[in-house]
Amino acid sequence: MDIKVKLFAYLREGRDKVVLLDMNEGDTIKKAVKILNIDPKEISILLINGRDANIDSILVQGDTVSIFPPVGGG
Amino acid sequence: MNGYNGKILRVNLREKTVKVEDINTHDAERFIGGRGLGSKILLDEIDPKVDALSPDNKLIVITGPLTGAPVPTGGRYMVVTKSPLSGTVASSNSGGYWGAEFKATGYDAIIIEDKSEKPVYINIEDDKVEIRDGEHLWGKLVSETTKALKTAHGEKAKVLTIGPAGEKLSNIAAIINDEDRAAGRSGVGAVMGSKNLKAIVVKGSKKTNVYDEEKLKEVVSKLNKQIKEDGVTGTGLPAYGTAILVNIINENGVFPTHNFQTSQFDKAEEISGETLANDHLIKRTACYRCPIGCGRYVRIHDSEGGGPEYETIWAFGSNCGISDIKAIIDANFWCNEYGLDTISTGATLAAAMELREKGYIKEEDLAGPDLKFGNTEAIIYWTQKMGSREGFGHKLGMGSYRLCESYGAPELSMSVKKLEIPAYDPRAIQGQGVQYATSNRGGCHVRGYLISPEILGSPVKLDRFALEGKAQWAKTFQDLTAAIDSLGLCLFSSFAFSADDYAELYNAVTGSQHTGESLIGAGERIYNLERVFNLKAGIDGSYDTLPKRLLEEEIAEGPSKGNVTKLSVLLPEYYELRGWVDGAPTEEKLESLGL
Repeated sequence: MDIKVKLFAYLREGRDKVVLLDMNEGDTIKKAVKILNIDPKEISILLINGRDANIDSILVQGDTVSIFPPVGGG
Repeated sequence: MNGYNGKILRVNLREKTVKVEDINTHDAERFIGGRGLGSKILLDEIDPKVDALSPDNKLIVITGPLTGAPVPTGGRYMVVTKSPLSGTVASSNSGGYWGAEFKATGYDAIIIEDKSEKPVYINIEDDKVEIRDGEHLWGKLVSETTKALKTAHGEKAKVLTIGPAGEKLSNIAAIINDEDRAAGRSGVGAVMGSKNLKAIVVKGSKKTNVYDEEKLKEVVSKLNKQIKEDGVTGTGLPAYGTAILVNIINENGVFPTHNFQTSQFDKAEEISGETLANDHLIKRTACYRCPIGCGRYVRIHDSEGGGPEYETIWAFGSNCGISDIKAIIDANFWCNEYGLDTISTGATLAAAMELREKGYIKEEDLAGPDLKFGNTEAIIYWTQKMGSREGFGHKLGMGSYRLCESYGAPELSMSVKKLEIPAYDPRAIQGQGVQYATSNRGGCHVRGYLISPEILGSPVKLDRFALEGKAQWAKTFQDLTAAIDSLGLCLFSSFAFSADDYAELYNAVTGSQHTGESLIGAGERIYNLERVFNLKAGIDGSYDTLPKRLLEEEIAEGPSKGNVTKLSVLLPEYYELRGWVDGAPTEEKLESLGL
């Protein structure tokens, strides 16, 4: 299945901003993170299609995953 | 007095008198300083019903006990007055270096009364306080004024000034210090302009007395470590500044676009913190004793200067349909030069663009670039005209509410209590919605930054769509923020500090015996005091609401589709938690807070 992953802030260093992955039914965000060689400790916020998700969230065909390190401001 | 200088300056601009008074120690204990003590002085000394731009209003510039102390982020000062924009209490705070330098002159606050016949500025060098002729500065931009005053008083002098917008009494005029730091909101610059006061120059040599030096060193060392280790204050903010929020807020579908008509911007990447850092950042900058350093120093074309914050990028960017980051940087420069609040300026332009789109504003009304969403030329041109208040810029300078009201469409102003709401669509961030509605100064994100738990996951991640517990979160954040603003610290420290951490700092500097809980209690007293001011000014609970669009029009598309702010559920719960009836504290509540 096709999964789009969007990376932000310093997670882009050495990686593309947007990565398209071909994944299997039942795969979770954890697997995508592993493929992209991102240390889960660097991740602060995960979204699937703009809604809150976590590392164990199961992906489905066409999902967009957004991955952020700790960010803040205001 | 530890933490405090114990002295307040009282300057009457009509009589040209300067008096030195002792600080009221009882009030300092109860209201801390800064925002809290300033509001107490304002309530004691003016009739809340006064015309904000009349000589009867007072302008109070005040530090906190931790301003200028050797503590992380201890550089904030506060401007407290009655707002000409909202009619509420106004307290706008700013960083940079001016606040700490003022504290070093030996005073905690300056109370400015009445009005000078001619333009003047105030010069303070330790015990020497002068009211000087300022006619040669009137009409000058902020950078010109700052340069002229540094030439006159030395490079070490720190300058706080208004630009032409404040002189011309724009309701959205800011006070600017150190050239690009702003006490931005609520039109405090217009109050200064109404008094014919152009600037306050300070140069001091005194140190803030500390109660327990050893203990303070220990606490500061611990807190500096926390700042360094926290992902937001240690890595995110230093690397990208507040602009890093553009993408995350947009990805959540709560990035207001075209005056809140939609909530996602398809060109967000072009105006993001990542783009700003890659293409325009020269260096990061930091305020007094700040280990975070979120400030941006940027270049476009041949110009260099302070870069835009997240809210500024939003205001001129998605909200005006602009995807050219260079134009946004330019608009931000002009706001600093003319002394305008970037949030209210961008938001007023967005409201004007919707008025134009809907046919209220006619092309012939403008005599300038068309106010159409996406017109980059228009945001630069009209920002300058708002600053100089020329042509249609005069009308724009009233702020969005009065502009929209003048066309019979006040509902198109995205404001609370006439203060423009910033950068986060509360229809799908429920806690932020009730916070915006109940904020004592109007539509403001830094009276209680619920974005932190509801979007960013700090200190815990909350479901942004849920209602349960949000009224309590809003109240707690509002109260803690009131305490932080009164201490003289930057709110960004709260990403890394707990309430107990603030109490430890406060105790080490002043010798007080606070706990985190009692500090939040002092914040609650301050919050209620501000509310009392508003009620006496005629701003009652009926003003605790949101624009109709946010209460009734569902977000049309994106991840937040189908939502409105459920204020009718949240507000009664919030009032109950506060001990308020119809937005007013009960007698019992006031008594319990010692008010």
